[in-house]
Amino acid sequence: MDRVTRTWWKTVLGVVLTAVMLFPLYWMINVSLTERGSIRNGDLYPKAFTLEHYDVVLHDQLPYLGTSILVGVGTVVLTLAISAPAAYALSRLVLPGRRVLSFLLIVAQMIPAVVMALGFYTIYTNLGILDSVPGLILADSTIAVPFGVMLFAAFMTGIPRELLQAAQIDGASYWRTFRSVVMPVARNSAVTVGLFAFLWAWSDFLFASTLNRDGGKLRPITMGLYDYIGSQNQQWGELMATAVLASIPTAILLLVAQRYVAAGVTAGAVKD
Amino acid sequence: MVRPVGIQTPAPAPSLEPALEAQRAELGAAPPRRRRIKPSTWAGLAFVAPLVIYVALLYAYPLYENVSMSLHRFTRATFVTGEAPFVGLDIYREVIGSPQFWPIVRQTATFVIVSLVFQYAIGLALAVFFRRGFPLSGLLRGLFLVPWLLPIIVSATTWQWMMDADSGIINRLLGVVGVDPVWWLNADHSLWAVTIANIWLGIPFNLVILYSGLQNVPADLYEAASLDGAGAWRQFWSITFPLLRPVTAITLLLGFVYTLKVVDIVWIMTMGTGTSQTLATWAYSMAFGKGTSAVIKYSQASAVGSILLLVALVMGFVYLFVQRRQED
Repeated sequence: MDRVTRTWWKTVLGVVLTAVMLFPLYWMINVSLTERGSIRNGDLYPKAFTLEHYDVVLHDQLPYLGTSILVGVGTVVLTLAISAPAAYALSRLVLPGRRVLSFLLIVAQMIPAVVMALGFYTIYTNLGILDSVPGLILADSTIAVPFGVMLFAAFMTGIPRELLQAAQIDGASYWRTFRSVVMPVARNSAVTVGLFAFLWAWSDFLFASTLNRDGGKLRPITMGLYDYIGSQNQQWGELMATAVLASIPTAILLLVAQRYVAAGVTAGAVKD
Repeated sequence: MVRPVGIQTPAPAPSLEPALEAQRAELGAAPPRRRRIKPSTWAGLAFVAPLVIYVALLYAYPLYENVSMSLHRFTRATFVTGEAPFVGLDIYREVIGSPQFWPIVRQTATFVIVSLVFQYAIGLALAVFFRRGFPLSGLLRGLFLVPWLLPIIVSATTWQWMMDADSGIINRLLGVVGVDPVWWLNADHSLWAVTIANIWLGIPFNLVILYSGLQNVPADLYEAASLDGAGAWRQFWSITFPLLRPVTAITLLLGFVYTLKVVDIVWIMTMGTGTSQTLATWAYSMAFGKGTSAVIKYSQASAVGSILLLVALVMGFVYLFVQRRQED
Protein backbone atom coordinates (compact mmCIF):
# COMPACT_ATOMS: atom_id res chain seq x y z
CA MET A 1 0.00 0.00 0.00
CA ASP A 2 2.72 2.38 1.07
CA ARG A 3 4.84 1.33 -1.90
CA VAL A 4 2.08 1.96 -4.39
CA THR A 5 1.42 5.49 -3.16
CA ARG A 6 5.12 6.21 -3.29
CA THR A 7 5.53 5.11 -6.90
CA TRP A 8 2.38 6.96 -7.94
CA TRP A 9 3.84 10.10 -6.56
CA LYS A 10 6.88 9.49 -8.72
CA THR A 11 4.80 8.94 -11.83
CA VAL A 12 3.03 12.25 -11.30
CA LEU A 13 6.31 14.07 -10.82
CA GLY A 14 7.78 12.28 -13.83
CA VAL A 15 4.90 13.39 -16.03
CA VAL A 16 5.30 16.98 -14.85
CA LEU A 17 9.05 16.95 -15.52
CA THR A 18 8.57 15.43 -18.97
CA ALA A 19 5.94 18.05 -19.75
CA VAL A 20 8.33 20.84 -18.77
CA MET A 21 11.09 19.29 -20.86
CA LEU A 22 8.89 18.88 -23.90
CA PHE A 23 7.18 22.23 -23.57
CA PRO A 24 9.19 23.82 -26.42
CA LEU A 25 7.88 21.13 -28.74
CA TYR A 26 4.35 21.70 -27.65
CA TRP A 27 4.87 25.38 -28.24
CA MET A 28 6.18 24.76 -31.74
CA ILE A 29 3.09 22.73 -32.64
CA ASN A 30 0.81 25.23 -30.94
CA VAL A 31 2.19 28.16 -32.95
CA SER A 32 2.11 26.16 -36.19
CA LEU A 33 -1.65 25.65 -35.74
CA THR A 34 -2.50 29.23 -34.80
CA GLU A 35 -3.81 31.82 -37.26
CA ARG A 36 -1.30 34.43 -38.25
CA GLY A 37 -3.09 37.31 -36.57
CA SER A 38 -3.31 35.52 -33.24
CA ILE A 39 0.20 34.15 -32.90
CA ARG A 40 1.41 37.11 -30.89
CA ASN A 41 -1.36 36.63 -28.35
CA GLY A 42 0.55 33.66 -27.02
CA ASP A 43 -2.52 31.53 -26.28
CA LEU A 44 -1.69 28.34 -24.45
CA TYR A 45 -3.53 26.26 -27.03
CA PRO A 46 -4.40 27.02 -30.69
CA LYS A 47 -7.53 29.03 -29.93
CA ALA A 48 -7.58 30.49 -33.43
CA PHE A 49 -7.03 27.12 -35.08
CA THR A 50 -5.87 26.85 -38.67
CA LEU A 51 -4.09 24.43 -40.97
CA GLU A 52 -3.25 27.19 -43.41
CA HIS A 53 0.45 27.28 -42.51
CA TYR A 54 0.81 23.60 -43.32
CA ASP A 55 -0.94 24.20 -46.61
CA VAL A 56 1.58 26.85 -47.59
CA VAL A 57 4.57 25.01 -46.21
CA LEU A 58 3.80 21.64 -47.76
CA HIS A 59 3.59 23.38 -51.08
CA ASP A 60 6.83 25.33 -50.64
CA GLN A 61 8.94 22.78 -48.88
CA LEU A 62 8.20 19.63 -50.84
CA PRO A 63 11.34 19.86 -53.01
CA TYR A 64 13.50 20.41 -49.93
CA LEU A 65 11.95 17.42 -48.22
CA GLY A 66 12.75 15.37 -51.32
CA THR A 67 16.36 16.53 -51.29
CA SER A 68 16.67 15.73 -47.61
CA ILE A 69 15.42 12.20 -48.18
CA LEU A 70 17.84 11.77 -51.07
CA VAL A 71 20.78 13.08 -49.06
CA GLY A 72 19.75 10.98 -46.07
CA VAL A 73 19.52 7.75 -48.06
CA GLY A 74 22.80 8.46 -49.83
CA THR A 75 24.50 9.06 -46.51
CA VAL A 76 23.12 5.83 -45.07
CA VAL A 77 24.37 3.77 -48.02
CA LEU A 78 27.82 5.33 -47.97
CA THR A 79 28.13 5.04 -44.19
CA LEU A 80 27.18 1.37 -44.14
CA ALA A 81 29.40 0.52 -47.09
CA ILE A 82 32.44 2.06 -45.44
CA SER A 83 31.90 1.23 -41.80
CA ALA A 84 30.69 -2.38 -41.77
CA PRO A 85 33.66 -4.01 -43.58
CA ALA A 86 36.12 -1.83 -41.67
CA ALA A 87 34.55 -2.84 -38.37
CA TYR A 88 34.84 -6.48 -39.38
CA ALA A 89 38.54 -5.99 -40.00
CA LEU A 90 39.01 -4.07 -36.76
CA SER A 91 37.19 -6.57 -34.60
CA ARG A 92 37.85 -9.97 -36.18
CA LEU A 93 40.79 -9.89 -38.56
CA VAL A 94 44.50 -9.40 -38.13
CA LEU A 95 45.18 -5.76 -38.73
CA PRO A 96 48.39 -3.86 -38.26
CA GLY A 97 47.90 -0.36 -36.89
CA ARG A 98 44.48 -0.97 -35.42
CA ARG A 99 45.16 1.07 -32.32
CA VAL A 100 46.17 4.06 -34.37
CA LEU A 101 43.04 3.72 -36.45
CA SER A 102 40.83 3.42 -33.38
CA PHE A 103 42.39 6.55 -31.95
CA LEU A 104 41.90 8.42 -35.22
CA LEU A 105 38.22 7.49 -35.18
CA ILE A 106 37.84 8.87 -31.66
CA VAL A 107 39.49 12.12 -32.66
CA ALA A 108 37.44 12.23 -35.85
CA GLN A 109 34.29 12.46 -33.77
CA MET A 110 35.70 15.39 -31.86
CA ILE A 111 36.69 17.54 -34.83
CA PRO A 112 34.50 20.64 -35.02
CA ALA A 113 32.26 20.51 -38.07
CA VAL A 114 33.12 24.10 -38.85
CA VAL A 115 36.75 23.10 -39.40
CA MET A 116 35.69 20.29 -41.71
CA ALA A 117 33.35 22.64 -43.53
CA LEU A 118 36.18 25.09 -44.20
CA GLY A 119 38.37 22.38 -45.66
CA PHE A 120 35.56 20.91 -47.72
CA TYR A 121 34.66 24.34 -49.00
CA THR A 122 38.13 24.84 -50.47
CA ILE A 123 38.26 21.37 -51.97
CA TYR A 124 34.74 21.53 -53.36
CA THR A 125 35.41 24.92 -54.91
CA ASN A 126 38.43 23.51 -56.71
CA LEU A 127 36.58 20.41 -57.83
CA GLY A 128 33.46 22.34 -58.77
CA ILE A 129 31.15 20.19 -56.66
CA LEU A 130 29.89 22.97 -54.42
CA ASP A 131 26.09 23.06 -54.21
CA SER A 132 25.73 19.45 -55.30
CA VAL A 133 23.90 16.58 -53.65
CA PRO A 134 26.82 14.10 -53.88
CA GLY A 135 29.09 16.68 -52.27
CA LEU A 136 26.69 17.10 -49.40
CA ILE A 137 26.34 13.33 -48.99
CA LEU A 138 30.12 12.95 -48.73
CA ALA A 139 30.32 15.69 -46.10
CA ASP A 140 27.33 14.45 -44.11
CA SER A 141 28.69 10.92 -44.01
CA THR A 142 31.67 12.15 -42.01
CA ILE A 143 29.31 12.71 -39.08
CA ALA A 144 28.26 9.06 -39.05
CA VAL A 145 31.16 6.92 -40.28
CA PRO A 146 33.27 6.88 -37.08
CA PHE A 147 30.16 6.15 -35.03
CA GLY A 148 29.24 3.38 -37.48
CA VAL A 149 32.63 1.71 -37.32
CA MET A 150 32.62 1.74 -33.53
CA LEU A 151 29.08 0.49 -33.14
CA PHE A 152 29.62 -2.33 -35.64
CA ALA A 153 32.98 -3.25 -34.10
CA ALA A 154 31.50 -3.37 -30.60
CA PHE A 155 28.82 -5.75 -31.84
CA MET A 156 30.99 -7.92 -34.08
CA THR A 157 33.39 -8.55 -31.24
CA GLY A 158 30.61 -10.44 -29.54
CA ILE A 159 29.86 -12.80 -32.42
CA PRO A 160 30.80 -16.30 -31.25
CA ARG A 161 34.10 -17.45 -32.66
CA GLU A 162 32.63 -20.86 -33.50
CA LEU A 163 30.26 -19.29 -35.97
CA LEU A 164 33.06 -17.74 -37.98
CA GLN A 165 35.25 -20.82 -37.69
CA ALA A 166 32.45 -23.01 -38.96
CA ALA A 167 32.15 -20.83 -42.05
CA GLN A 168 35.89 -21.05 -42.65
CA ILE A 169 35.94 -24.82 -42.23
CA ASP A 170 33.23 -24.94 -44.87
CA GLY A 171 35.68 -23.17 -47.14
CA ALA A 172 34.08 -19.75 -47.12
CA SER A 173 36.32 -16.87 -48.11
CA TYR A 174 36.65 -13.82 -45.85
CA TRP A 175 34.30 -11.90 -48.07
CA ARG A 176 31.81 -14.77 -48.07
CA THR A 177 32.01 -15.05 -44.28
CA PHE A 178 31.47 -11.34 -43.93
CA ARG A 179 28.51 -11.26 -46.28
CA SER A 180 26.74 -14.46 -45.34
CA VAL A 181 27.57 -14.89 -41.68
CA VAL A 182 28.65 -11.61 -40.10
CA MET A 183 26.27 -9.16 -41.75
CA PRO A 184 23.08 -11.19 -41.24
CA VAL A 185 23.94 -11.48 -37.55
CA ALA A 186 24.77 -7.79 -37.36
CA ARG A 187 21.50 -6.76 -38.97
CA ASN A 188 20.26 -4.85 -35.93
CA SER A 189 23.48 -2.90 -35.69
CA ALA A 190 23.13 -2.01 -39.36
CA VAL A 191 19.63 -0.70 -38.70
CA THR A 192 20.87 1.39 -35.78
CA VAL A 193 23.78 2.84 -37.73
CA GLY A 194 21.54 3.50 -40.71
CA LEU A 195 18.91 5.25 -38.62
CA PHE A 196 21.39 7.56 -36.97
CA ALA A 197 23.21 8.27 -40.24
CA PHE A 198 19.88 9.27 -41.76
CA LEU A 199 18.86 11.38 -38.80
CA TRP A 200 22.15 13.28 -38.67
CA ALA A 201 22.21 13.90 -42.40
CA TRP A 202 18.62 15.10 -42.15
CA SER A 203 19.45 17.39 -39.21
CA ASP A 204 22.64 18.80 -40.65
CA PHE A 205 22.71 22.55 -40.88
CA LEU A 206 26.39 23.36 -40.96
CA PHE A 207 27.45 21.49 -44.08
CA ALA A 208 24.26 22.39 -45.90
CA SER A 209 24.66 26.08 -45.14
CA THR A 210 28.27 26.17 -46.29
CA LEU A 211 28.61 23.57 -49.04
CA ASN A 212 25.13 23.81 -50.48
CA ARG A 213 24.16 27.45 -50.01
CA ASP A 214 23.19 28.16 -53.58
CA GLY A 215 21.78 24.81 -54.49
CA GLY A 216 18.28 26.20 -55.10
CA LYS A 217 15.72 23.45 -54.72
CA LEU A 218 18.47 20.90 -54.32
CA ARG A 219 18.94 21.98 -50.75
CA PRO A 220 17.77 20.05 -47.70
CA ILE A 221 14.88 20.94 -45.43
CA THR A 222 17.12 22.58 -42.85
CA MET A 223 17.93 25.19 -45.49
CA GLY A 224 14.26 25.54 -46.35
CA LEU A 225 13.70 26.35 -42.71
CA TYR A 226 16.70 28.66 -42.66
CA ASP A 227 15.25 30.65 -45.57
CA TYR A 228 12.24 31.46 -43.41
CA ILE A 229 14.47 32.46 -40.51
CA GLY A 230 16.59 34.68 -42.70
CA SER A 231 13.70 36.50 -44.34
CA GLN A 232 13.08 40.07 -43.24
CA ASN A 233 9.53 39.53 -42.19
CA GLN A 234 9.56 36.36 -40.16
CA GLN A 235 6.38 34.34 -40.58
CA TRP A 236 6.33 32.39 -37.37
CA GLY A 237 3.35 30.22 -38.29
CA GLU A 238 5.02 28.95 -41.43
CA LEU A 239 8.36 28.74 -39.70
CA MET A 240 6.94 26.52 -36.99
CA ALA A 241 4.99 24.40 -39.46
CA THR A 242 8.25 23.78 -41.35
CA ALA A 243 9.96 22.97 -38.06
CA VAL A 244 7.26 20.38 -37.37
CA LEU A 245 7.80 18.86 -40.82
CA ALA A 246 11.53 18.75 -40.22
CA SER A 247 10.87 16.83 -37.00
CA ILE A 248 8.97 14.01 -38.68
CA PRO A 249 11.90 11.60 -39.00
CA THR A 250 12.61 12.00 -35.30
CA ALA A 251 9.01 11.20 -34.48
CA ILE A 252 8.99 8.16 -36.75
CA LEU A 253 12.24 6.99 -35.27
CA LEU A 254 10.88 7.16 -31.77
CA LEU A 255 7.57 5.56 -32.60
CA VAL A 256 8.72 2.79 -34.89
CA ALA A 257 12.31 2.11 -34.03
CA GLN A 258 12.69 2.95 -30.38
CA ARG A 259 14.64 -0.14 -29.52
CA TYR A 260 17.19 0.61 -32.22
CA VAL A 261 17.52 4.12 -30.87
CA ALA A 262 18.12 2.75 -27.41
CA ALA A 263 20.76 0.43 -28.83
CA GLY A 264 22.54 3.30 -30.53
CA VAL A 265 22.38 5.46 -27.47
CA THR A 266 23.71 3.02 -24.94
CA ALA A 267 25.97 0.84 -27.05
CA GLY A 268 29.41 1.37 -25.75
CA ALA A 269 28.45 4.62 -24.08
CA VAL A 270 29.30 3.26 -20.70
CA LYS A 271 31.97 0.73 -20.49
CA ASP A 272 32.79 -1.42 -17.59
CA MET B 1 25.21 21.16 -28.27
CA VAL B 2 26.15 17.66 -27.80
CA ARG B 3 26.06 16.04 -31.12
CA PRO B 4 24.69 12.54 -30.79
CA VAL B 5 27.85 11.18 -32.28
CA GLY B 6 29.35 11.72 -28.94
CA ILE B 7 27.37 9.13 -27.34
CA GLN B 8 29.29 6.50 -28.95
CA THR B 9 32.26 6.13 -26.80
CA PRO B 10 34.08 3.48 -28.63
CA ALA B 11 34.38 0.15 -27.00
CA PRO B 12 36.72 -1.57 -29.34
CA ALA B 13 39.53 -1.98 -26.88
CA PRO B 14 38.50 -5.36 -25.51
CA SER B 15 37.39 -6.43 -28.95
CA LEU B 16 40.88 -6.06 -30.19
CA GLU B 17 42.38 -8.52 -27.81
CA PRO B 18 41.81 -11.84 -29.59
CA ALA B 19 43.17 -10.55 -32.83
CA LEU B 20 46.05 -8.85 -31.11
CA GLU B 21 46.96 -12.05 -29.38
CA ALA B 22 46.82 -13.85 -32.66
CA GLN B 23 49.14 -11.24 -34.03
CA ARG B 24 51.52 -11.59 -31.11
CA ALA B 25 51.49 -15.36 -31.32
CA GLU B 26 52.19 -15.12 -34.97
CA LEU B 27 55.13 -12.83 -34.44
CA GLY B 28 56.48 -14.86 -31.56
CA ALA B 29 56.19 -18.18 -33.32
CA ALA B 30 57.87 -17.17 -36.49
CA PRO B 31 60.10 -14.16 -36.16
CA PRO B 32 62.07 -14.88 -39.32
CA ARG B 33 58.94 -14.81 -41.46
CA ARG B 34 58.03 -11.39 -40.18
CA ARG B 35 58.32 -9.71 -43.53
CA ARG B 36 55.90 -12.00 -45.25
CA ILE B 37 52.33 -10.82 -44.90
CA LYS B 38 49.92 -13.56 -44.03
CA PRO B 39 46.71 -14.09 -46.01
CA SER B 40 44.67 -13.18 -42.94
CA THR B 41 46.50 -9.87 -42.73
CA TRP B 42 45.80 -9.23 -46.39
CA ALA B 43 42.15 -9.84 -45.70
CA GLY B 44 42.19 -7.39 -42.80
CA LEU B 45 43.88 -4.77 -44.94
CA ALA B 46 41.43 -5.29 -47.76
CA PHE B 47 38.42 -4.89 -45.52
CA VAL B 48 39.77 -1.76 -43.88
CA ALA B 49 41.10 -0.19 -47.09
CA PRO B 50 37.90 1.71 -47.98
CA LEU B 51 37.89 3.27 -44.51
CA VAL B 52 41.54 4.25 -44.76
CA ILE B 53 40.98 5.88 -48.14
CA TYR B 54 37.87 7.52 -46.76
CA VAL B 55 39.71 8.92 -43.74
CA ALA B 56 42.50 10.19 -45.95
CA LEU B 57 40.20 11.90 -48.44
CA LEU B 58 37.41 13.12 -46.21
CA TYR B 59 39.20 13.86 -42.95
CA ALA B 60 42.91 14.29 -43.51
CA TYR B 61 42.65 16.23 -46.75
CA PRO B 62 40.07 18.81 -45.54
CA LEU B 63 42.00 19.25 -42.32
CA TYR B 64 45.21 19.71 -44.25
CA GLU B 65 43.46 22.35 -46.38
CA ASN B 66 42.22 24.06 -43.25
CA VAL B 67 45.64 24.25 -41.65
CA SER B 68 47.27 25.26 -44.91
CA MET B 69 44.74 28.06 -45.32
CA SER B 70 45.64 29.40 -41.90
CA LEU B 71 49.29 29.68 -42.95
CA HIS B 72 48.58 31.51 -46.20
CA ARG B 73 46.93 34.88 -46.55
CA PHE B 74 43.72 34.16 -48.40
CA THR B 75 41.33 36.86 -49.40
CA ARG B 76 38.31 36.60 -51.62
CA ALA B 77 40.53 37.26 -54.66
CA THR B 78 43.38 34.91 -53.82
CA PHE B 79 40.91 32.24 -52.82
CA VAL B 80 39.78 32.11 -56.43
CA THR B 81 43.23 32.31 -58.02
CA GLY B 82 44.82 30.10 -55.38
CA GLU B 83 47.94 32.27 -55.19
CA ALA B 84 47.84 33.25 -51.57
CA PRO B 85 51.27 34.08 -50.13
CA PHE B 86 52.68 31.97 -47.33
CA VAL B 87 52.81 34.03 -44.13
CA GLY B 88 53.79 31.52 -41.46
CA LEU B 89 52.10 32.14 -38.14
CA ASP B 90 51.20 35.76 -38.89
CA ILE B 91 47.49 35.01 -39.10
CA TYR B 92 47.55 33.30 -35.72
CA ARG B 93 49.27 36.34 -34.23
CA GLU B 94 46.65 38.61 -35.74
CA VAL B 95 43.76 36.48 -34.56
CA ILE B 96 45.04 36.12 -31.02
CA GLY B 97 46.02 39.79 -30.94
CA SER B 98 42.67 41.01 -32.20
CA PRO B 99 40.48 42.77 -29.63
CA GLN B 100 37.70 40.19 -30.07
CA PHE B 101 39.81 37.16 -29.31
CA TRP B 102 39.98 37.11 -25.51
CA PRO B 103 36.38 38.23 -24.94
CA ILE B 104 35.25 35.42 -27.27
CA VAL B 105 37.43 32.90 -25.46
CA ARG B 106 35.86 34.05 -22.19
CA GLN B 107 32.34 33.78 -23.62
CA THR B 108 33.13 30.35 -25.02
CA ALA B 109 34.40 29.24 -21.63
CA THR B 110 31.28 30.57 -19.91
CA PHE B 111 29.04 28.91 -22.48
CA VAL B 112 30.80 25.57 -22.17
CA ILE B 113 31.26 25.48 -18.40
CA VAL B 114 27.81 26.73 -17.43
CA SER B 115 26.23 24.38 -19.96
CA LEU B 116 28.19 21.41 -18.65
CA VAL B 117 27.50 22.08 -14.99
CA PHE B 118 23.76 22.37 -15.46
CA GLN B 119 23.44 19.59 -18.02
CA TYR B 120 25.30 17.28 -15.75
CA ALA B 121 23.53 18.25 -12.53
CA ILE B 122 20.07 18.06 -14.07
CA GLY B 123 20.91 14.91 -16.01
CA LEU B 124 22.20 13.23 -12.87
CA ALA B 125 19.20 14.28 -10.80
CA LEU B 126 16.89 12.84 -13.46
CA ALA B 127 18.95 9.66 -13.75
CA VAL B 128 18.65 9.10 -10.00
CA PHE B 129 14.95 9.89 -10.21
CA PHE B 130 14.45 7.30 -12.96
CA ARG B 131 16.79 4.72 -11.45
CA ARG B 132 14.11 2.71 -9.72
CA GLY B 133 11.36 2.05 -12.20
CA PHE B 134 7.84 3.28 -11.57
CA PRO B 135 4.70 3.11 -13.69
CA LEU B 136 5.35 4.83 -17.04
CA SER B 137 9.03 5.42 -16.26
CA GLY B 138 10.22 3.74 -19.46
CA LEU B 139 7.94 5.81 -21.64
CA LEU B 140 8.83 9.06 -19.90
CA ARG B 141 12.53 8.33 -20.18
CA GLY B 142 12.04 7.71 -23.89
CA LEU B 143 10.29 11.05 -24.26
CA PHE B 144 13.20 12.79 -22.58
CA LEU B 145 15.32 11.81 -25.58
CA VAL B 146 13.25 13.83 -28.00
CA PRO B 147 15.11 17.15 -27.72
CA TRP B 148 18.31 15.36 -28.49
CA LEU B 149 17.04 13.60 -31.61
CA LEU B 150 15.44 16.70 -33.10
CA PRO B 151 17.34 18.68 -35.68
CA ILE B 152 19.07 21.44 -33.71
CA ILE B 153 17.78 24.04 -36.12
CA VAL B 154 14.22 23.08 -35.12
CA SER B 155 14.91 23.45 -31.40
CA ALA B 156 16.86 26.64 -31.93
CA THR B 157 14.05 28.22 -33.92
CA THR B 158 11.53 27.29 -31.26
CA TRP B 159 13.66 28.73 -28.48
CA GLN B 160 14.17 31.85 -30.50
CA TRP B 161 10.44 32.39 -30.65
CA MET B 162 9.90 31.47 -27.00
CA MET B 163 12.52 34.06 -26.07
CA ASP B 164 11.03 36.78 -28.22
CA ALA B 165 11.09 39.95 -26.16
CA ASP B 166 7.54 41.13 -26.92
CA SER B 167 5.49 38.02 -27.47
CA GLY B 168 7.66 35.18 -26.27
CA ILE B 169 6.11 32.81 -23.78
CA ILE B 170 9.09 33.06 -21.44
CA ASN B 171 8.75 36.77 -20.89
CA ARG B 172 5.02 36.28 -20.52
CA LEU B 173 5.57 33.71 -17.77
CA LEU B 174 8.12 35.98 -16.13
CA GLY B 175 5.55 38.74 -16.30
CA VAL B 176 3.13 36.61 -14.32
CA VAL B 177 5.57 36.52 -11.43
CA GLY B 178 6.28 40.22 -11.84
CA VAL B 179 9.63 40.14 -13.64
CA ASP B 180 10.23 42.73 -16.33
CA PRO B 181 10.61 41.47 -19.90
CA VAL B 182 14.14 40.37 -20.72
CA TRP B 183 15.71 41.10 -24.10
CA TRP B 184 16.92 37.55 -24.31
CA LEU B 185 18.44 37.60 -27.75
CA ASN B 186 20.24 40.93 -27.53
CA ALA B 187 23.52 42.22 -26.22
CA ASP B 188 24.46 40.99 -22.78
CA HIS B 189 21.64 38.53 -22.45
CA SER B 190 22.29 36.61 -25.63
CA LEU B 191 24.96 34.45 -24.04
CA TRP B 192 22.49 33.39 -21.36
CA ALA B 193 19.80 32.75 -23.93
CA VAL B 194 21.94 30.36 -25.97
CA THR B 195 23.31 28.73 -22.83
CA ILE B 196 19.82 27.99 -21.52
CA ALA B 197 18.81 26.46 -24.84
CA ASN B 198 22.02 24.46 -24.94
CA ILE B 199 21.49 23.12 -21.44
CA TRP B 200 18.07 21.93 -22.51
CA LEU B 201 19.63 20.22 -25.53
CA GLY B 202 22.28 18.45 -23.47
CA ILE B 203 20.12 17.06 -20.70
CA PRO B 204 19.06 13.92 -22.63
CA PHE B 205 22.66 12.96 -23.38
CA ASN B 206 23.64 13.28 -19.73
CA LEU B 207 20.53 11.50 -18.55
CA VAL B 208 21.10 8.53 -20.86
CA ILE B 209 24.75 8.00 -20.03
CA LEU B 210 24.40 8.58 -16.30
CA TYR B 211 21.30 6.39 -16.15
CA SER B 212 23.11 3.48 -17.74
CA GLY B 213 26.02 4.16 -15.41
CA LEU B 214 23.68 3.90 -12.43
CA GLN B 215 22.47 0.51 -13.63
CA ASN B 216 25.94 -0.80 -12.92
CA VAL B 217 26.01 0.30 -9.29
CA PRO B 218 25.30 -2.87 -7.29
CA ALA B 219 21.91 -2.68 -5.59
CA ASP B 220 23.12 -4.46 -2.44
CA LEU B 221 25.33 -1.49 -1.64
CA TYR B 222 22.19 0.58 -1.18
CA GLU B 223 20.56 -2.16 0.86
CA ALA B 224 23.55 -2.35 3.17
CA ALA B 225 23.59 1.42 3.47
CA SER B 226 19.94 1.65 4.39
CA LEU B 227 20.37 -1.14 6.95
CA ASP B 228 23.07 1.04 8.45
CA GLY B 229 20.53 3.84 8.56
CA ALA B 230 21.86 6.02 5.76
CA GLY B 231 19.18 8.23 4.20
CA ALA B 232 18.72 8.86 0.50
CA TRP B 233 20.87 11.99 0.57
CA ARG B 234 23.70 10.25 2.37
CA GLN B 235 23.44 7.25 0.01
CA PHE B 236 23.77 9.53 -2.98
CA TRP B 237 26.94 11.20 -1.75
CA SER B 238 28.53 8.07 -0.30
CA ILE B 239 27.64 5.51 -2.95
CA THR B 240 26.15 6.87 -6.14
CA PHE B 241 28.38 9.84 -6.73
CA PRO B 242 31.76 8.21 -6.00
CA LEU B 243 30.93 5.09 -8.01
CA LEU B 244 29.81 7.17 -10.95
CA ARG B 245 33.11 9.00 -11.17
CA PRO B 246 34.43 7.17 -14.25
CA VAL B 247 31.15 7.67 -16.10
CA THR B 248 31.15 11.29 -14.99
CA ALA B 249 34.61 11.79 -16.45
CA ILE B 250 33.59 10.47 -19.84
CA THR B 251 30.30 12.37 -19.84
CA LEU B 252 31.92 15.68 -19.03
CA LEU B 253 34.75 15.12 -21.47
CA LEU B 254 32.45 14.36 -24.38
CA GLY B 255 30.10 17.14 -23.32
CA PHE B 256 33.02 19.55 -23.34
CA VAL B 257 34.06 18.61 -26.85
CA TYR B 258 30.58 18.74 -28.27
CA THR B 259 29.66 22.00 -26.59
CA LEU B 260 32.88 23.60 -27.75
CA LYS B 261 32.20 22.85 -31.38
CA VAL B 262 28.50 23.63 -31.55
CA VAL B 263 27.48 26.23 -34.09
CA ASP B 264 23.85 25.77 -35.07
CA ILE B 265 22.14 26.53 -31.78
CA VAL B 266 23.97 29.83 -31.37
CA TRP B 267 23.86 30.77 -35.00
CA ILE B 268 20.13 30.24 -35.42
CA MET B 269 19.19 32.02 -32.22
CA THR B 270 21.48 35.06 -32.29
CA MET B 271 23.90 34.75 -35.24
CA GLY B 272 26.61 35.17 -32.65
CA THR B 273 25.62 38.74 -31.89
CA GLY B 274 26.03 40.36 -28.50
CA THR B 275 27.88 38.22 -26.04
CA SER B 276 26.87 34.92 -27.60
CA GLN B 277 29.81 34.63 -30.01
CA THR B 278 31.88 31.51 -29.40
CA LEU B 279 35.07 30.39 -31.11
CA ALA B 280 33.13 28.00 -33.34
CA THR B 281 30.55 30.57 -34.45
CA TRP B 282 33.29 33.16 -34.88
CA ALA B 283 35.12 30.88 -37.29
CA TYR B 284 31.85 30.17 -39.09
CA SER B 285 30.94 33.82 -39.47
CA MET B 286 34.38 34.85 -40.68
CA ALA B 287 34.53 32.09 -43.27
CA PHE B 288 31.10 32.43 -44.66
CA GLY B 289 30.75 36.16 -44.34
CA LYS B 290 27.53 36.33 -42.44
CA GLY B 291 26.37 37.79 -39.21
CA THR B 292 28.85 39.98 -37.38
CA SER B 293 31.61 39.56 -39.94
CA ALA B 294 30.80 41.40 -43.14
CA VAL B 295 34.08 40.56 -44.84
CA ILE B 296 35.11 37.03 -45.69
CA LYS B 297 38.28 36.07 -43.83
CA TYR B 298 39.10 32.51 -44.77
CA SER B 299 42.56 32.51 -43.27
CA GLN B 300 41.49 33.95 -39.93
CA ALA B 301 38.59 31.52 -39.80
CA SER B 302 40.84 28.56 -40.41
CA ALA B 303 43.29 29.81 -37.79
CA VAL B 304 40.49 29.78 -35.22
CA GLY B 305 39.43 26.42 -36.63
CA SER B 306 42.94 25.04 -36.18
CA ILE B 307 42.93 26.17 -32.55
CA LEU B 308 39.69 24.25 -32.05
CA LEU B 309 41.22 21.31 -33.85
CA LEU B 310 44.16 21.32 -31.48
CA VAL B 311 41.81 21.28 -28.51
CA ALA B 312 39.96 18.33 -30.07
CA LEU B 313 43.21 16.46 -30.52
CA VAL B 314 44.27 17.06 -26.93
CA MET B 315 40.84 15.91 -25.75
CA GLY B 316 41.22 12.78 -27.84
CA PHE B 317 44.38 11.95 -25.91
CA VAL B 318 42.75 12.76 -22.58
CA TYR B 319 39.84 10.53 -23.54
CA LEU B 320 42.17 7.67 -24.34
CA PHE B 321 44.02 8.22 -21.08
CA VAL B 322 40.82 8.23 -19.02
CA GLN B 323 39.60 5.11 -20.76
CA ARG B 324 42.88 3.27 -20.23
CA ARG B 325 42.88 4.15 -16.58
CA GLN B 326 39.39 2.81 -16.19
CA GLU B 327 40.44 -0.48 -17.71
CA ASP B 328 43.23 -0.97 -15.21
